[in-house]
Amino acid sequence: MGYALNFNLIWRHFDKLWGGLLLSLELAVISIAIGIVIGLVLAVWYVSAGRVVRAVIAAYVEFIRNVPLILLVYLVFYGLPTVVDIAYSAQTSFIATLSLYSGAYLVEVFRSGLEAVPRGQIDAGKAIGLTPWQRLIHVRLPTMLRITLPALSNTFISLFKDTSVASVISVPELTYGAQWINFNTFRIVEVYLVVTAMYLLTGYALLFGLRLVERRFRAAR
Amino acid sequence: MSANANAALLDVRDVSKAFGTVEVLRAVSLEVKRGEVVSVIGPSGSGKTTLLRCVNFLESYDSGSIRIDGKEVGYREAATRQRRSERDLAAMRAETGMVFQSFNLFPHLTAAGNIMLGLRKVRGKSDAEARQIAEHWLGRVGLAHKADSLPAELSGGQQQRVGIARAVAMEPKILLLDEITSALDPELVGEVLAVVRSLAEDGMTMLMVTHEMAFARDASSRIVFMADGSVSAAGPPAEILGAEIENERLRNFLARFRASHF
Repeated sequence: MGYALNFNLIWRHFDKLWGGLLLSLELAVISIAIGIVIGLVLAVWYVSAGRVVRAVIAAYVEFIRNVPLILLVYLVFYGLPTVVDIAYSAQTSFIATLSLYSGAYLVEVFRSGLEAVPRGQIDAGKAIGLTPWQRLIHVRLPTMLRITLPALSNTFISLFKDTSVASVISVPELTYGAQWINFNTFRIVEVYLVVTAMYLLTGYALLFGLRLVERRFRAAR
Repeated sequence: MSANANAALLDVRDVSKAFGTVEVLRAVSLEVKRGEVVSVIGPSGSGKTTLLRCVNFLESYDSGSIRIDGKEVGYREAATRQRRSERDLAAMRAETGMVFQSFNLFPHLTAAGNIMLGLRKVRGKSDAEARQIAEHWLGRVGLAHKADSLPAELSGGQQQRVGIARAVAMEPKILLLDEITSALDPELVGEVLAVVRSLAEDGMTMLMVTHEMAFARDASSRIVFMADGSVSAAGPPAEILGAEIENERLRNFLARFRASHF
Protein backbone atom coordinates (compact mmCIF):
# COMPACT_ATOMS: atom_id res chain seq x y z
CA MET A 1 0.00 0.00 0.00
CA GLY A 2 2.95 2.25 -0.38
CA TYR A 3 1.78 3.65 -3.70
CA ALA A 4 1.37 7.39 -3.71
CA LEU A 5 -0.83 8.87 -6.41
CA ASN A 6 0.90 11.49 -8.47
CA PHE A 7 -1.01 13.17 -11.26
CA ASN A 8 1.66 15.68 -12.25
CA LEU A 9 2.91 13.61 -15.16
CA ILE A 10 -0.63 13.10 -16.38
CA TRP A 11 -1.34 16.83 -16.48
CA ARG A 12 1.92 17.44 -18.27
CA HIS A 13 0.76 15.17 -21.11
CA PHE A 14 -2.89 16.07 -20.88
CA ASP A 15 -2.93 17.34 -24.46
CA LYS A 16 -2.65 13.69 -25.55
CA LEU A 17 -5.84 12.90 -23.65
CA TRP A 18 -7.72 16.01 -24.69
CA GLY A 19 -6.82 15.52 -28.33
CA GLY A 20 -7.70 11.87 -27.96
CA LEU A 21 -11.12 12.67 -26.56
CA LEU A 22 -11.87 15.05 -29.41
CA LEU A 23 -10.80 12.40 -31.92
CA SER A 24 -12.95 9.77 -30.17
CA LEU A 25 -15.96 12.06 -30.48
CA GLU A 26 -15.13 12.77 -34.09
CA LEU A 27 -14.87 9.06 -34.88
CA ALA A 28 -18.19 8.37 -33.19
CA VAL A 29 -20.01 11.24 -34.91
CA ILE A 30 -18.74 10.41 -38.40
CA SER A 31 -19.40 6.70 -37.93
CA ILE A 32 -22.93 7.13 -36.68
CA ALA A 33 -23.69 9.58 -39.48
CA ILE A 34 -22.58 7.03 -42.09
CA GLY A 35 -24.19 4.25 -40.06
CA ILE A 36 -27.52 6.09 -40.08
CA VAL A 37 -27.40 6.36 -43.85
CA ILE A 38 -26.53 2.65 -44.18
CA GLY A 39 -29.19 1.70 -41.65
CA LEU A 40 -31.92 3.81 -43.25
CA VAL A 41 -31.25 2.69 -46.78
CA LEU A 42 -31.05 -0.99 -45.86
CA ALA A 43 -34.05 -0.88 -43.52
CA VAL A 44 -36.26 0.79 -46.12
CA TRP A 45 -34.96 -1.60 -48.74
CA TYR A 46 -35.52 -4.56 -46.45
CA VAL A 47 -39.17 -3.86 -45.69
CA SER A 48 -40.05 -3.48 -49.35
CA ALA A 49 -37.73 -6.10 -50.87
CA GLY A 50 -38.06 -9.71 -51.89
CA ARG A 51 -36.55 -12.72 -50.19
CA VAL A 52 -33.11 -12.59 -51.77
CA VAL A 53 -32.38 -9.00 -50.81
CA ARG A 54 -33.76 -9.64 -47.34
CA ALA A 55 -31.47 -12.63 -46.92
CA VAL A 56 -28.42 -10.61 -48.00
CA ILE A 57 -29.23 -7.76 -45.62
CA ALA A 58 -29.95 -10.20 -42.80
CA ALA A 59 -26.63 -11.93 -43.45
CA TYR A 60 -24.77 -8.62 -43.18
CA VAL A 61 -26.53 -7.78 -39.93
CA GLU A 62 -25.94 -11.21 -38.44
CA PHE A 63 -22.30 -11.26 -39.47
CA ILE A 64 -21.55 -7.92 -37.87
CA ARG A 65 -23.52 -8.65 -34.75
CA ASN A 66 -21.83 -11.96 -34.11
CA VAL A 67 -18.22 -10.99 -34.70
CA PRO A 68 -16.34 -9.02 -32.02
CA LEU A 69 -15.68 -5.44 -33.05
CA ILE A 70 -11.95 -5.78 -32.47
CA LEU A 71 -11.84 -8.62 -34.98
CA LEU A 72 -13.70 -6.52 -37.54
CA VAL A 73 -11.18 -3.76 -37.00
CA TYR A 74 -8.30 -6.17 -37.67
CA LEU A 75 -10.08 -7.65 -40.67
CA VAL A 76 -10.63 -4.30 -42.34
CA PHE A 77 -7.27 -2.77 -41.45
CA TYR A 78 -4.91 -5.74 -41.93
CA GLY A 79 -6.99 -8.29 -43.81
CA LEU A 80 -8.71 -6.36 -46.57
CA PRO A 81 -5.63 -4.56 -48.02
CA THR A 82 -3.80 -7.88 -48.40
CA VAL A 83 -6.65 -9.36 -50.42
CA VAL A 84 -7.67 -6.40 -52.53
CA ASP A 85 -5.52 -3.61 -53.77
CA ILE A 86 -6.50 -0.73 -51.57
CA ALA A 87 -4.67 1.42 -49.09
CA TYR A 88 -6.05 3.57 -46.35
CA SER A 89 -4.97 5.13 -43.09
CA ALA A 90 -5.74 3.48 -39.78
CA GLN A 91 -8.23 6.23 -39.06
CA THR A 92 -10.12 5.83 -42.34
CA SER A 93 -10.09 2.10 -41.87
CA PHE A 94 -11.56 2.43 -38.41
CA ILE A 95 -14.26 4.86 -39.51
CA ALA A 96 -15.24 2.43 -42.26
CA THR A 97 -15.38 -0.43 -39.76
CA LEU A 98 -17.35 1.45 -37.14
CA SER A 99 -19.77 2.76 -39.79
CA LEU A 100 -20.48 -0.75 -41.05
CA TYR A 101 -20.78 -1.87 -37.45
CA SER A 102 -23.26 0.80 -36.38
CA GLY A 103 -25.07 0.47 -39.71
CA ALA A 104 -25.80 -3.18 -38.97
CA TYR A 105 -27.26 -2.37 -35.59
CA LEU A 106 -29.25 0.54 -36.96
CA VAL A 107 -30.79 -1.57 -39.74
CA GLU A 108 -32.46 -3.55 -36.98
CA VAL A 109 -33.46 -0.43 -35.06
CA PHE A 110 -34.94 1.29 -38.11
CA ARG A 111 -36.57 -1.85 -39.44
CA SER A 112 -38.49 -2.46 -36.23
CA GLY A 113 -39.24 1.27 -36.07
CA LEU A 114 -40.75 1.20 -39.55
CA GLU A 115 -42.87 -1.77 -38.58
CA ALA A 116 -44.02 0.06 -35.45
CA VAL A 117 -45.54 2.95 -37.42
CA PRO A 118 -49.27 2.60 -36.74
CA ARG A 119 -51.22 1.16 -39.62
CA GLY A 120 -53.77 3.97 -39.30
CA GLN A 121 -51.19 6.62 -40.18
CA ILE A 122 -50.24 4.78 -43.33
CA ASP A 123 -53.93 4.40 -44.20
CA ALA A 124 -54.40 8.12 -43.66
CA GLY A 125 -51.49 8.79 -46.01
CA LYS A 126 -53.02 6.51 -48.62
CA ALA A 127 -56.44 8.08 -48.18
CA ILE A 128 -55.23 11.58 -49.07
CA GLY A 129 -53.60 10.18 -52.18
CA LEU A 130 -49.92 10.04 -51.27
CA THR A 131 -47.81 7.69 -53.38
CA PRO A 132 -45.79 4.97 -51.58
CA TRP A 133 -42.66 7.09 -51.80
CA GLN A 134 -44.43 10.16 -50.42
CA ARG A 135 -45.86 8.06 -47.61
CA LEU A 136 -42.37 6.90 -46.76
CA ILE A 137 -40.90 10.40 -46.70
CA HIS A 138 -43.76 12.32 -45.11
CA VAL A 139 -45.49 9.76 -42.91
CA ARG A 140 -43.43 6.69 -42.11
CA LEU A 141 -39.94 8.13 -41.67
CA PRO A 142 -40.90 11.02 -39.35
CA THR A 143 -42.84 8.69 -37.08
CA MET A 144 -40.18 6.00 -37.27
CA LEU A 145 -37.42 8.45 -36.30
CA ARG A 146 -39.47 9.58 -33.32
CA ILE A 147 -39.97 5.98 -32.22
CA THR A 148 -36.32 5.06 -32.67
CA LEU A 149 -34.72 8.16 -31.19
CA PRO A 150 -33.98 6.59 -27.77
CA ALA A 151 -32.39 3.53 -29.41
CA LEU A 152 -30.44 5.86 -31.66
CA SER A 153 -29.00 7.78 -28.70
CA ASN A 154 -28.05 4.55 -26.96
CA THR A 155 -26.30 3.35 -30.09
CA PHE A 156 -24.37 6.60 -30.28
CA ILE A 157 -23.24 6.39 -26.65
CA SER A 158 -21.99 2.85 -27.04
CA LEU A 159 -20.33 3.81 -30.29
CA PHE A 160 -18.48 6.55 -28.46
CA LYS A 161 -17.13 3.96 -26.04
CA ASP A 162 -16.37 1.55 -28.88
CA THR A 163 -13.98 4.08 -30.40
CA SER A 164 -11.49 2.91 -27.76
CA VAL A 165 -10.97 -0.18 -29.91
CA ALA A 166 -9.25 2.05 -32.47
CA SER A 167 -6.23 2.10 -30.13
CA VAL A 168 -5.33 -1.41 -31.32
CA ILE A 169 -4.46 -0.02 -34.73
CA SER A 170 -2.76 3.07 -33.25
CA VAL A 171 -5.45 5.63 -33.99
CA PRO A 172 -4.56 8.36 -31.47
CA GLU A 173 -7.95 8.52 -29.74
CA LEU A 174 -8.49 8.70 -26.00
CA THR A 175 -7.52 5.16 -25.00
CA TYR A 176 -4.47 5.31 -27.23
CA GLY A 177 -3.47 8.55 -25.51
CA ALA A 178 -3.80 6.80 -22.17
CA GLN A 179 -1.58 3.96 -23.33
CA TRP A 180 1.00 6.39 -24.62
CA ILE A 181 1.15 8.19 -21.28
CA ASN A 182 1.30 4.88 -19.45
CA PHE A 183 4.21 3.63 -21.54
CA ASN A 184 6.09 6.88 -21.10
CA THR A 185 5.43 7.60 -17.41
CA PHE A 186 4.38 4.26 -15.90
CA ARG A 187 1.63 6.09 -14.03
CA ILE A 188 -0.88 3.40 -14.90
CA VAL A 189 -3.38 3.99 -12.08
CA GLU A 190 -3.46 7.74 -12.47
CA VAL A 191 -3.80 7.79 -16.20
CA TYR A 192 -6.61 5.25 -16.31
CA LEU A 193 -8.41 6.99 -13.46
CA VAL A 194 -8.33 10.21 -15.42
CA VAL A 195 -9.35 8.54 -18.67
CA THR A 196 -12.18 6.65 -17.02
CA ALA A 197 -13.48 9.92 -15.62
CA MET A 198 -13.23 11.47 -19.07
CA TYR A 199 -15.22 8.66 -20.73
CA LEU A 200 -17.76 8.75 -17.94
CA LEU A 201 -18.29 12.51 -17.96
CA THR A 202 -18.45 12.73 -21.73
CA GLY A 203 -20.85 9.78 -21.90
CA TYR A 204 -23.13 11.37 -19.32
CA ALA A 205 -23.01 14.73 -21.03
CA LEU A 206 -23.94 13.12 -24.34
CA LEU A 207 -26.73 11.13 -22.73
CA PHE A 208 -28.09 14.24 -21.04
CA GLY A 209 -28.03 16.22 -24.26
CA LEU A 210 -29.66 13.46 -26.28
CA ARG A 211 -32.40 12.94 -23.70
CA LEU A 212 -33.20 16.64 -23.96
CA VAL A 213 -33.56 16.24 -27.71
CA GLU A 214 -35.77 13.17 -27.22
CA ARG A 215 -37.97 15.02 -24.77
CA ARG A 216 -38.45 17.82 -27.25
CA PHE A 217 -39.61 15.33 -29.86
CA ARG A 218 -41.73 13.34 -27.44
CA ALA A 219 -43.59 16.49 -26.51
CA ALA A 220 -44.32 16.93 -30.17
CA ARG A 221 -45.95 13.57 -30.42
CA MET B 1 -70.20 17.63 -65.19
CA SER B 2 -70.63 13.95 -65.71
CA ALA B 3 -72.67 12.80 -68.68
CA ASN B 4 -75.58 11.76 -66.56
CA ALA B 5 -76.29 13.73 -63.41
CA ASN B 6 -78.67 11.06 -62.24
CA ALA B 7 -76.16 8.25 -62.50
CA ALA B 8 -74.78 7.05 -59.19
CA LEU B 9 -71.56 8.76 -58.15
CA LEU B 10 -70.56 5.65 -56.27
CA ASP B 11 -71.66 2.35 -57.72
CA VAL B 12 -70.81 -0.77 -55.75
CA ARG B 13 -71.89 -3.92 -57.55
CA ASP B 14 -71.75 -7.49 -56.28
CA VAL B 15 -68.59 -6.95 -54.28
CA SER B 16 -67.36 -10.01 -52.41
CA LYS B 17 -64.35 -10.44 -50.23
CA ALA B 18 -63.02 -13.17 -47.98
CA PHE B 19 -60.29 -13.10 -45.36
CA GLY B 20 -59.10 -16.68 -45.69
CA THR B 21 -62.23 -18.77 -45.30
CA VAL B 22 -64.26 -16.00 -43.69
CA GLU B 23 -66.54 -14.25 -46.14
CA VAL B 24 -66.73 -10.65 -45.00
CA LEU B 25 -68.58 -9.28 -48.00
CA ARG B 26 -71.10 -11.30 -50.00
CA ALA B 27 -72.17 -9.74 -53.25
CA VAL B 28 -72.75 -6.31 -51.74
CA SER B 29 -74.35 -3.74 -53.99
CA LEU B 30 -75.18 -0.16 -53.21
CA GLU B 31 -75.35 3.21 -54.89
CA VAL B 32 -74.71 6.70 -53.68
CA LYS B 33 -75.92 9.55 -55.85
CA ARG B 34 -74.33 12.96 -55.98
CA GLY B 35 -75.24 14.95 -52.88
CA GLU B 36 -76.67 11.96 -51.08
CA VAL B 37 -75.78 10.95 -47.55
CA VAL B 38 -75.97 7.20 -47.10
CA SER B 39 -75.49 5.58 -43.71
CA VAL B 40 -74.45 1.99 -43.25
CA ILE B 41 -75.58 0.39 -40.01
CA GLY B 42 -75.36 -3.12 -38.67
CA PRO B 43 -73.82 -5.28 -35.99
CA SER B 44 -70.04 -5.37 -35.65
CA GLY B 45 -68.48 -7.94 -37.92
CA SER B 46 -71.11 -7.36 -40.57
CA GLY B 47 -68.56 -6.02 -43.03
CA LYS B 48 -69.46 -2.31 -42.88
CA THR B 49 -65.96 -1.03 -42.33
CA THR B 50 -64.46 -3.46 -44.83
CA LEU B 51 -66.92 -2.23 -47.43
CA LEU B 52 -65.94 1.37 -46.77
CA ARG B 53 -62.24 0.50 -47.02
CA CYS B 54 -62.85 -1.20 -50.34
CA VAL B 55 -64.33 1.99 -51.76
CA ASN B 56 -60.95 3.74 -51.65
CA PHE B 57 -59.06 0.49 -52.06
CA LEU B 58 -57.45 0.40 -48.64
CA GLU B 59 -58.70 -3.16 -48.96
CA SER B 60 -58.79 -5.14 -52.15
CA TYR B 61 -61.82 -7.23 -52.99
CA ASP B 62 -62.13 -10.60 -54.67
CA SER B 63 -64.90 -9.98 -57.17
CA GLY B 64 -67.43 -7.43 -58.23
CA SER B 65 -66.94 -3.83 -59.22
CA ILE B 66 -66.68 -0.46 -57.50
CA ARG B 67 -66.97 2.63 -59.63
CA ILE B 68 -66.68 6.25 -58.69
CA ASP B 69 -67.95 8.64 -61.33
CA GLY B 70 -67.93 5.75 -63.77
CA LYS B 71 -64.30 4.85 -63.14
CA GLU B 72 -63.32 1.46 -61.74
CA VAL B 73 -61.54 2.01 -58.42
CA GLY B 74 -58.85 -0.55 -57.70
CA TYR B 75 -58.54 -2.43 -60.95
CA ARG B 76 -58.01 -1.38 -64.53
CA GLU B 77 -61.21 -3.24 -65.38
CA ALA B 78 -63.51 -5.25 -63.18
CA ALA B 79 -63.33 -8.19 -65.59
CA THR B 80 -59.55 -8.56 -65.84
CA ARG B 81 -58.89 -7.83 -62.13
CA GLN B 82 -55.59 -6.25 -63.09
CA ARG B 83 -54.59 -4.04 -60.19
CA ARG B 84 -53.94 -0.40 -60.92
CA SER B 85 -50.42 0.95 -60.49
CA GLU B 86 -49.61 2.54 -57.13
CA ARG B 87 -49.49 5.93 -58.82
CA ASP B 88 -52.95 5.38 -60.30
CA LEU B 89 -54.28 4.18 -56.98
CA ALA B 90 -52.93 7.26 -55.24
CA ALA B 91 -54.59 9.50 -57.80
CA MET B 92 -57.89 7.63 -57.39
CA ARG B 93 -57.74 7.83 -53.62
CA ALA B 94 -57.20 11.57 -53.77
CA GLU B 95 -60.75 11.76 -55.14
CA THR B 96 -62.24 10.11 -52.06
CA GLY B 97 -61.85 11.58 -48.61
CA MET B 98 -61.76 9.33 -45.61
CA VAL B 99 -62.23 10.01 -41.92
CA PHE B 100 -61.18 7.28 -39.51
CA GLN B 101 -62.52 5.98 -36.24
CA SER B 102 -59.13 6.52 -34.59
CA PHE B 103 -58.54 9.93 -36.27
CA ASN B 104 -55.14 8.86 -37.64
CA LEU B 105 -53.69 12.35 -37.71
CA PHE B 106 -50.01 12.59 -38.55
CA PRO B 107 -48.52 13.11 -35.07
CA HIS B 108 -45.51 15.13 -36.22
CA LEU B 109 -47.57 17.72 -38.06
CA THR B 110 -49.71 20.53 -36.67
CA ALA B 111 -53.44 20.69 -37.37
CA ALA B 112 -52.75 22.95 -40.34
CA GLY B 113 -49.80 20.77 -41.37
CA ASN B 114 -52.01 17.68 -41.45
CA ILE B 115 -54.37 19.41 -43.86
CA MET B 116 -51.60 20.95 -45.94
CA LEU B 117 -49.68 17.74 -46.63
CA GLY B 118 -52.10 16.40 -49.23
CA LEU B 119 -52.74 19.83 -50.68
CA ARG B 120 -49.03 20.38 -51.26
CA LYS B 121 -47.87 16.92 -52.27
CA VAL B 122 -50.94 15.62 -54.08
CA ARG B 123 -52.68 18.76 -55.30
CA GLY B 124 -49.43 20.61 -55.94
CA LYS B 125 -50.49 23.78 -54.08
CA SER B 126 -47.90 26.25 -52.87
CA ASP B 127 -47.25 26.51 -49.14
CA ALA B 128 -49.14 29.79 -48.89
CA GLU B 129 -52.11 28.51 -50.85
CA ALA B 130 -52.25 25.28 -48.85
CA ARG B 131 -52.04 27.24 -45.62
CA GLN B 132 -54.91 29.45 -46.70
CA ILE B 133 -57.09 26.47 -47.56
CA ALA B 134 -56.15 24.76 -44.30
CA GLU B 135 -57.11 27.83 -42.32
CA HIS B 136 -60.39 28.09 -44.18
CA TRP B 137 -61.33 24.53 -43.30
CA LEU B 138 -60.10 24.77 -39.75
CA GLY B 139 -62.41 27.76 -39.45
CA ARG B 140 -65.28 25.70 -40.84
CA VAL B 141 -64.77 23.02 -38.17
CA GLY B 142 -64.38 25.65 -35.45
CA LEU B 143 -60.66 25.22 -34.90
CA ALA B 144 -59.16 28.33 -36.47
CA HIS B 145 -57.33 29.01 -33.21
CA LYS B 146 -55.73 25.53 -33.19
CA ALA B 147 -53.98 25.71 -36.56
CA ASP B 148 -50.54 25.41 -35.02
CA SER B 149 -51.37 22.83 -32.36
CA LEU B 150 -50.04 19.32 -32.61
CA PRO B 151 -52.53 16.44 -32.50
CA ALA B 152 -51.32 15.47 -29.02
CA GLU B 153 -52.40 18.88 -27.78
CA LEU B 154 -55.97 18.45 -29.04
CA SER B 155 -58.96 16.65 -27.55
CA GLY B 156 -60.43 13.66 -29.37
CA GLY B 157 -63.27 15.73 -30.74
CA GLN B 158 -60.86 18.39 -31.97
CA GLN B 159 -58.59 15.78 -33.55
CA GLN B 160 -61.52 14.27 -35.37
CA ARG B 161 -62.60 17.66 -36.65
CA VAL B 162 -59.09 18.17 -38.00
CA GLY B 163 -59.44 14.72 -39.56
CA ILE B 164 -62.61 15.84 -41.31
CA ALA B 165 -61.00 19.10 -42.42
CA ARG B 166 -58.01 17.15 -43.78
CA ALA B 167 -60.34 15.00 -45.86
CA VAL B 168 -62.65 17.69 -47.24
CA ALA B 169 -59.85 20.18 -47.97
CA MET B 170 -58.84 17.85 -50.81
CA GLU B 171 -62.26 18.50 -52.37
CA PRO B 172 -63.08 14.83 -52.76
CA LYS B 173 -66.00 13.64 -54.84
CA ILE B 174 -67.21 11.56 -51.94
CA LEU B 175 -66.43 11.49 -48.24
CA LEU B 176 -66.15 8.16 -46.42
CA LEU B 177 -66.75 8.28 -42.67
CA ASP B 178 -65.78 5.19 -40.72
CA GLU B 179 -67.46 5.19 -37.30
CA ILE B 180 -65.97 8.59 -36.71
CA THR B 181 -67.53 9.11 -33.28
CA SER B 182 -66.99 5.63 -31.86
CA ALA B 183 -63.69 6.48 -30.20
CA LEU B 184 -64.96 9.70 -28.67
CA ASP B 185 -66.19 10.46 -25.19
CA PRO B 186 -69.96 10.97 -25.32
CA GLU B 187 -69.73 14.68 -24.62
CA LEU B 188 -67.50 15.19 -27.66
CA VAL B 189 -69.72 13.37 -30.16
CA GLY B 190 -72.00 16.35 -30.72
CA GLU B 191 -69.33 18.74 -31.97
CA VAL B 192 -68.17 16.23 -34.58
CA LEU B 193 -71.65 15.38 -35.79
CA ALA B 194 -72.45 19.09 -36.11
CA VAL B 195 -69.57 19.40 -38.58
CA VAL B 196 -70.82 16.41 -40.59
CA ARG B 197 -74.30 17.86 -40.66
CA SER B 198 -73.07 21.19 -41.99
CA LEU B 199 -71.12 19.38 -44.73
CA ALA B 200 -74.28 17.47 -45.65
CA GLU B 201 -76.15 20.76 -45.91
CA ASP B 202 -73.46 21.95 -48.32
CA GLY B 203 -74.28 19.01 -50.55
CA MET B 204 -71.22 16.88 -49.82
CA THR B 205 -71.75 13.30 -50.94
CA MET B 206 -71.13 10.97 -48.03
CA LEU B 207 -71.06 7.30 -47.22
CA MET B 208 -70.81 6.71 -43.51
CA VAL B 209 -70.62 3.75 -41.23
CA THR B 210 -72.17 4.72 -37.94
CA HIS B 211 -73.65 3.56 -34.67
CA GLU B 212 -75.34 6.91 -34.09
CA MET B 213 -78.88 5.89 -35.01
CA ALA B 214 -80.46 9.24 -34.27
CA PHE B 215 -77.88 10.96 -36.41
CA ALA B 216 -78.29 8.43 -39.21
CA ARG B 217 -82.04 8.99 -39.10
CA ASP B 218 -81.76 12.78 -39.20
CA ALA B 219 -78.89 13.27 -41.62
CA SER B 220 -79.20 10.43 -44.14
CA SER B 221 -81.00 10.28 -47.42
CA ARG B 222 -80.91 6.52 -47.19
CA ILE B 223 -79.84 3.88 -44.71
CA VAL B 224 -78.29 0.54 -45.58
CA PHE B 225 -78.49 -2.25 -43.04
CA MET B 226 -75.77 -4.86 -43.33
CA ALA B 227 -75.68 -8.24 -41.66
CA ASP B 228 -73.28 -11.12 -42.21
CA GLY B 229 -71.51 -9.42 -45.06
CA SER B 230 -74.51 -8.61 -47.18
CA VAL B 231 -77.05 -5.84 -47.51
CA SER B 232 -80.07 -7.02 -45.59
CA ALA B 233 -82.24 -3.96 -45.94
CA ALA B 234 -81.97 -0.51 -47.52
CA GLY B 235 -84.24 2.44 -47.80
CA PRO B 236 -85.11 5.88 -46.49
CA PRO B 237 -84.60 6.40 -42.73
CA ALA B 238 -88.31 6.44 -41.97
CA GLU B 239 -88.61 2.98 -43.48
CA ILE B 240 -85.48 1.41 -41.99
CA LEU B 241 -85.76 2.89 -38.50
CA GLY B 242 -89.55 3.20 -38.46
CA ALA B 243 -92.01 1.50 -36.20
CA GLU B 244 -93.09 -1.21 -38.63
CA ILE B 245 -90.12 -3.37 -39.57
CA GLU B 246 -90.60 -6.59 -41.44
CA ASN B 247 -86.96 -7.56 -41.72
CA GLU B 248 -86.40 -9.76 -38.69
CA ARG B 249 -82.64 -9.28 -38.48
CA LEU B 250 -83.00 -5.53 -38.61
CA ARG B 251 -85.72 -5.68 -35.96
CA ASN B 252 -83.49 -7.75 -33.69
CA PHE B 253 -80.51 -5.49 -34.33
CA LEU B 254 -82.48 -2.38 -33.44
CA ALA B 255 -83.99 -4.02 -30.39
CA ARG B 256 -80.56 -5.03 -29.14
CA PHE B 257 -79.22 -1.63 -29.99
CA ARG B 258 -81.94 0.15 -28.03
CA ALA B 259 -81.51 -2.21 -25.11
CA SER B 260 -77.78 -1.53 -24.91
CA HIS B 261 -78.18 2.23 -25.14
CA PHE B 262 -80.65 2.74 -22.35
